Amino acid sequence: MEQFDDVIIDIQKLSFSRGDRAIYKNVDIQIPRGKITAIMGPSGTGKTTLLKLIGGQLRPESGSIFIDGKDIPRLGRRELFEMRARMGMLFQSGALFTDISVFENVAFPLRIHTDLSEEMIRDVVLMKLHAVGLRGARDLMPSELSGGMARRVALARAIALDPDIVMYDEPFTGQDPIAMGVLVNLIRRLNRALGHTSIIVSHDIQETLAIADYIYLISDSEVIARGTPEEMASESSQKVRQFIQGLPDGPVPFHFPAADYQADLLQDS
Amino acid sequence: MRIRIMEIGVGAFLLAGIVALLMLALNVSGLKLMESNDTYRVYARFENIGGLTARSKVTMSGVLIGQVTDIRLDPEALQALVEMEISKDVDYLSIDSSASILTAGLLGEKYIGVVVGAEEEYLQDGDYFEDTQSALVLEDLIGKFLFNEVSE
Amino acid sequence: MIELVARLGRTGLRKLEAFGLAGIILMQSLIARPAPTVMFPLVVKQIHFVGVLSLIIIVVSGLFIGMVLGLQGYTILVDYGSEQAVGQMVALSLVRELAPVVTALLFAGRAGSALTAEIGLMKATEQLSSLEMIGVDPLRRIIAPRFWAGFICLPVLATIFSLVGILGGAFVGIDWLGIYEGSFWSNMQNSVDFREDVLNGLIKAVVFGFVVTWIAVFQGYDCVPTSEGISEATTKTVVYASLSVLGLDFILTALMFGDI
Repeated sequence: MEQFDDVIIDIQKLSFSRGDRAIYKNVDIQIPRGKITAIMGPSGTGKTTLLKLIGGQLRPESGSIFIDGKDIPRLGRRELFEMRARMGMLFQSGALFTDISVFENVAFPLRIHTDLSEEMIRDVVLMKLHAVGLRGARDLMPSELSGGMARRVALARAIALDPDIVMYDEPFTGQDPIAMGVLVNLIRRLNRALGHTSIIVSHDIQETLAIADYIYLISDSEVIARGTPEEMASESSQKVRQFIQGLPDGPVPFHFPAADYQADLLQDS
Repeated sequence: MRIRIMEIGVGAFLLAGIVALLMLALNVSGLKLMESNDTYRVYARFENIGGLTARSKVTMSGVLIGQVTDIRLDPEALQALVEMEISKDVDYLSIDSSASILTAGLLGEKYIGVVVGAEEEYLQDGDYFEDTQSALVLEDLIGKFLFNEVSE
Repeated sequence: MIELVARLGRTGLRKLEAFGLAGIILMQSLIARPAPTVMFPLVVKQIHFVGVLSLIIIVVSGLFIGMVLGLQGYTILVDYGSEQAVGQMVALSLVRELAPVVTALLFAGRAGSALTAEIGLMKATEQLSSLEMIGVDPLRRIIAPRFWAGFICLPVLATIFSLVGILGGAFVGIDWLGIYEGSFWSNMQNSVDFREDVLNGLIKAVVFGFVVTWIAVFQGYDCVPTSEGISEATTKTVVYASLSVLGLDFILTALMFGDI
């Protein structure tokens, strides 16, 4: 287990459960500054929950989440909102505000957190939209965009304030191959150009392996493996191999727990 | 432009609400603006007010000149004491004017009718009508009528 | 038996919790509201949405209810030879009761359900979460303007409803049934009191606006963010809001016009 030189997010002994179901049990995760870190795992393991915990939208039962030395769950309301100005989040559905145009969507965080003049806001918004290739779509309403375009607009909005941390919630899900390629490229380019820290939550293995610098694999409320993409590919653990190679059966069984097949069938007659 | 249209719509909507309230106030409830400013109070004692209520009309020759504001029992005279507000314009009610309680139609509402007398002095704020006539109570009338029939 | 009591207790606690959450939402959106410059355009937009767009249904219903009242009142009162009292009857029943209650019921169906569905959908599409992550409290940004708009719109709508209803009644009474115009209006003016009737009706409308909007935004904010959840929340809004309006109307009427 390697140690990073410069850790921006340090999660220590994090526990969180929903109802009776434990989502995380004593999990430690370190996110290196300026890199792309991927959190991977099967559906339903609470990857999105992790992003919400980092953003302070949920509070853990125990444990700490330090961002630059500040413990998120213990921040006051105002400090938390200040901290969120340093984060951008790309939601799974894009989560554009449906009642305002593309331009206003991207301008929204700027209007909230800065006192920039209208011309400055216009310049910044056009720059961000240009970066995602949608400068020409600024007057459209979100309902007029395709899924891939909506996600790119949401990305422009997420980076509008030049945040230190950008979180991507399942950015590749439900995209056609072209849109997926565009997004993969964008995430990598933006990360290099703007120098922010990226956290990607995903279960799309190929795309994620292609751009991530470091990977955490989560299963059964624990981190079961961590390392660079190369290390992950050569990991010998059965569970990891099943996930990385996409095998239908393995330690994560194909069958939902059930009674003996033969007995079950015969019982009916 | 779209925002402009919406704002005009909202402005018109709120204005319509205020206009509607004004019309309800003036046309439906008959509220008079500045009504209490230019009136003066006079009093009258009646044997029986027979259904007169606060806010009943006070008229002279059928013209509205004021309204009843309060009705209470005068414990000394053992009569009903009616307080009414008369419009300041009507300052020519002589001190021997009479006030009677009348009925609009057979079953209609009760109101006070004022008939002016001949004196040169006029009623001032706080004065009393000396000459009053109580409400005609239908039961009494019928009773009298029957009594007269029997006695004849 | 123990099981039954336990279940009852659990349900009670859940309801209490929901009520507490509704209270918190109410406090947050009313007290901690954003600066007026930010708030004003948002409220204007919501007044447009819940008020201006509800105007047609309110005017049409008001007109017909007023006309029906005029017609029914006439057929009853003409037997006693006091058809001039139609104006008084139409005006009093509209101003005191029908305008606030019917407007609130229509408002719950037209605007309340739309509010719930809109907020529920914003929740389902992560727009509320997204606002939070941008550092904006959705209670202030989304809930508070809708609240104020509902609060302002219902009394305005109820007033318009009253007026249109009375005009409808006057149309039927005077132009159609031939009641003498002067006695129609003077009877009405003599019996309707501004403070007693018009203002009390307005107070009712304000209370209903408050309750209906509260229920609508709470159901939207609290719904399960799926299609079933939103449809269930919308139904709940209409049912709970209508029942609350009718129940509150009795209490308010007793307080205002009853001798308690």
